[in-house]
Amino acid sequence: MFVVPMARLAWLSVTTPETGLANYRDVLTDGVSLTVIWRTLRMMLVVTAVCLLFAYPYAYVMTVVPPRTRAVLTTIVLLPFWTSLMARTFAWVVLLQKGGPVNDALAALGLGDVRLAGSATGVTIAMAQVMLPFMVLPLYSSMRDVDRALVPAALSLGARPAVAFLRVYLPLTLPGVAAGTTLVAVLSLGFYVTPALLGSPKESMIAQLIAVKVQDVLDFGAGGALSLTLLVVALALLGLVARFVRPGAALGMSDEGDRR
Amino acid sequence: MSRVSWPLRAVTALVAVWLVVPTLIVIPLSFTDRASFAFPPKGWSLRYYERFFTDSGWLIALFNSAQLALIVTVVATALGSAASFALVRSRFRGAGALNGLLMAPIVVPTIIVAIAVYATFLRWGLVGTAAGFVLAHTVLATPYVIVTVTSALRTFDRRLERAAASLGATPWATLRHVTLPLILPGVASGAVFAFVTSFDEVVVSLFIQSPELQTLPVRMFSGVTNEVDPTIAAASTVVVAITTALILLPQLLRRNTDHA
Repeated sequence: MFVVPMARLAWLSVTTPETGLANYRDVLTDGVSLTVIWRTLRMMLVVTAVCLLFAYPYAYVMTVVPPRTRAVLTTIVLLPFWTSLMARTFAWVVLLQKGGPVNDALAALGLGDVRLAGSATGVTIAMAQVMLPFMVLPLYSSMRDVDRALVPAALSLGARPAVAFLRVYLPLTLPGVAAGTTLVAVLSLGFYVTPALLGSPKESMIAQLIAVKVQDVLDFGAGGALSLTLLVVALALLGLVARFVRPGAALGMSDEGDRR
Repeated sequence: MSRVSWPLRAVTALVAVWLVVPTLIVIPLSFTDRASFAFPPKGWSLRYYERFFTDSGWLIALFNSAQLALIVTVVATALGSAASFALVRSRFRGAGALNGLLMAPIVVPTIIVAIAVYATFLRWGLVGTAAGFVLAHTVLATPYVIVTVTSALRTFDRRLERAAASLGATPWATLRHVTLPLILPGVASGAVFAFVTSFDEVVVSLFIQSPELQTLPVRMFSGVTNEVDPTIAAASTVVVAITTALILLPQLLRRNTDHA
C-alpha cells in the first residue's frame, strides 16, 4: 500500500507527458525549480543551525538541573509532539501577524518593526519550533552519558573554559549533534504546511512547488520528478549520518533487548 | 539551578517559551468576542464555541476526523502488532528490508507520500472516499504502532511464555493470558499514536479530500488560508484538548492501577 503509490509516482515521472527523462532535465535546467531547490536547501541549513544553536544550551541545562526541574524541561520539549500541527501553525499565524504579539515584543525591545508574517524569518521561527524537540532529544541523550568529571579535570589542568568546552565536552557530544542535525535537516526539507501558511507564495519551498504542480495543473510528471529529487537528497543525508550513528540511538531509544 | 549561569538560564527560558506559547495561545484567542485574530483579545465570549458546535461544516469535519481516526486506530494497531510479532519473533530473509519498508512512511517527506497516494487514488477512484482516507492514514499510522510494540516485545521475557507452555497452556491461552497483558502498554501507546496521527493528518488529506468529505485539519487549513475566523481557534483548542486527554489517559490509568 506504500510501495504501489511510490512506484506509480516514479513511473509517472518518466512517462508523463512522454517517455524519457525530460522531467528530470527540466528540474535541473528550469530556473524556477532550481531557485526553489536552492531556497529549500538554504532554509534547511538556517533552520538546522538555529535549532542547534538553541537546543545545545537547553539540552545541557537539562543534564545539570535537579530531577524535578529536568522533568519540567522534558515535558516542555515533548509538548509539541502532542499538539496538533494545524493548531500550532495557526497559532504562529496569530503570533507573527502584523501588529501581533511577537511584533509588539520586538518593538518593545527597540528592534523596530520586523515583517514576520509572509517572510522567510517567520517561517524559520515557526519551523524551528516544530523541529527543536528533534534536536534537543538526541543532544540530551548523548550529553547524559558524558562523564561530568571531565570538564573540571581539564580546567584543573589549566585549560581555559573555552578550550575545555571545545576540546573535551563538544567532541564527546558530537554523536548527538550529528544525529539531531540530520533529523532536523531531513525533516525540514519536506515541510509543507508551515511555509504554505506562513510564507509568501513568492518564496515557496520545494514541497509547495510539488503541491502546486500536482494540485493546480495535475502535472504528475514534473511533480514526480521533483519528489524523487527531494527524496534522493533526503536519503543521501540519511545515508551520510547512518555511517556515524545508529538511527535508534539518535532518537534516544535503547536497544537493550537486543543483547539478551 | 545554582550552577547554571544566567545567560544559559535566559536561553533555556527563551526556548521553553518558544516551545510552549504556540500551544497555549489558541486557548485565550478562542474566547475572543471579536471577529479578528487580535491578541490579546479585548473582550471575552463563547460565541466561537457556539459556532463550532452548531455549524454543520465544522461539526461534520469533527465527526469525520473522529470516526476515521477510530477506524484507523483499530486497523493500524492490529496490522502493526501483527507485523511486530513477525519482525521480532521470527528470522526470515528480508526481515531487515521489510522493516525498513514499513518504517519508510515516517522518513519519506509527507508531501511525496501525498502526491503518490493522490496519483494512485485518482486511478482507483478512491479520492474523496472514506475507504481512501482509511487506507492512506493506516499507511502513515502503522509505523508508530510497530515502533512501540516492537520495543515492548524486545524487553519481554520469553521465559514466561515457556513457563506457561510447560504448565500446559495452549499457545492461544499463553498469548491471551501471558503475552498480551504484558505488552499491553506498548500496544496501547501505539494505538494512541495511531489515533493522533490520523486525527492530526493534514498534508495527505488535503490531496485526497473532496468538498463532500473533509477532515477537521483540512477544514482548519482552508480556514487559515481563506478567512479571518476565530472559530479556527476554538477548533484548535478542541483538538488540543482531545489529543492531550488521549495522551494523558493511559498514564492516569496506569497510576490508578498502581495504587490499587
